Amino acid sequence: MREGILGKKIGMTQIFTDEGNAIAVTVIEAGPCSVVQIKSRNKDGYEAAQLGFDFIKKEKKINKPMAGHFKKASVKPCRYLKEIPAGELKIGDELTVDMFKPGNSVVVSGQSIGKGFQGVMKRHNYKGGPASHGANFHRAPGSIGQCAWPSRVFKNIGMPGRMGGASVTQKNIEVVDVKVEQNLLLLKGGVPGPRGGILFIGKGDK
Amino acid sequence: MNRISSVEVSFKKELPQFGPGDTLKVHLKVKEGDKERIQIFQGVVISMRGSGTRETFTVRKVSYGVGVERIIPSCSPLIEKIEVLKRGRVRRAKLYYLRDKKGKDAKIKEKDFFGKKTKAVAN
Repeated sequence: MREGILGKKIGMTQIFTDEGNAIAVTVIEAGPCSVVQIKSRNKDGYEAAQLGFDFIKKEKKINKPMAGHFKKASVKPCRYLKEIPAGELKIGDELTVDMFKPGNSVVVSGQSIGKGFQGVMKRHNYKGGPASHGANFHRAPGSIGQCAWPSRVFKNIGMPGRMGGASVTQKNIEVVDVKVEQNLLLLKGGVPGPRGGILFIGKGDK
Repeated sequence: MNRISSVEVSFKKELPQFGPGDTLKVHLKVKEGDKERIQIFQGVVISMRGSGTRETFTVRKVSYGVGVERIIPSCSPLIEKIEVLKRGRVRRAKLYYLRDKKGKDAKIKEKDFFGKKTKAVAN
């Protein structure tokens, strides 16, 4: 667990430095997140603070058990919840993007874009065969093992299958700009996931 | 997408309106060591592409018989200012054909503001 907040990927664009260099940035709507619950060692077996993000406006959209959960903390109902280290946080506290400063490094986790059923070349970076010159071996995986010994296929051999849609964490992403009043975070380069995907932005090591 | 344009809006510059065929004088900041000076690039706009902060335009000039083209991002902070010297009357958005023309052939007619053509456009 890391300190951080939840956010939603808005998309990518390009901005300029004062020297005139263009930087590709990802725009993330991060926070505000409110602390919904504090878990304690006595009661829950571990310590954590539960963060809520993306406030729900329509009461109809919340089921009764969750409505009670939010009412107990007297915070607005949220669509997404995530636990972070409790630290000094109290129930009802609000976390915003001002916890990040330009130049900081952050860790971003999200669910990568689903790519469907893919072959070994795309999924495991196998080389495949030549495209032409009479070749009959193009994108197939090739041999997956030997014969009499071990007479089985070893674990973790790359095979075709579902690719993407997995949790991906990317470290050492630079914060380019923070717009506190708009709750926007500008990160250098790309981050995992599609536009509109939910991300966790954690404080980095630098 | 409007949240993205809210980020881009701070990089938008106040530039005069211009289009393909126009002759521009672009004042560009050039850094030499720790000194900064202004360099002028004068030529014809032969292409404009992109939108938002990604918008760029290409300026072409012929310098000592050699064609020189510069692709300039419209939002680049290196642009000091832009002067529009001439409005050209052209019939396409990309004037790449100018690359194969020389001398008089490469000339672009100036827009006639009081002629019939401009009136038709104004409607």
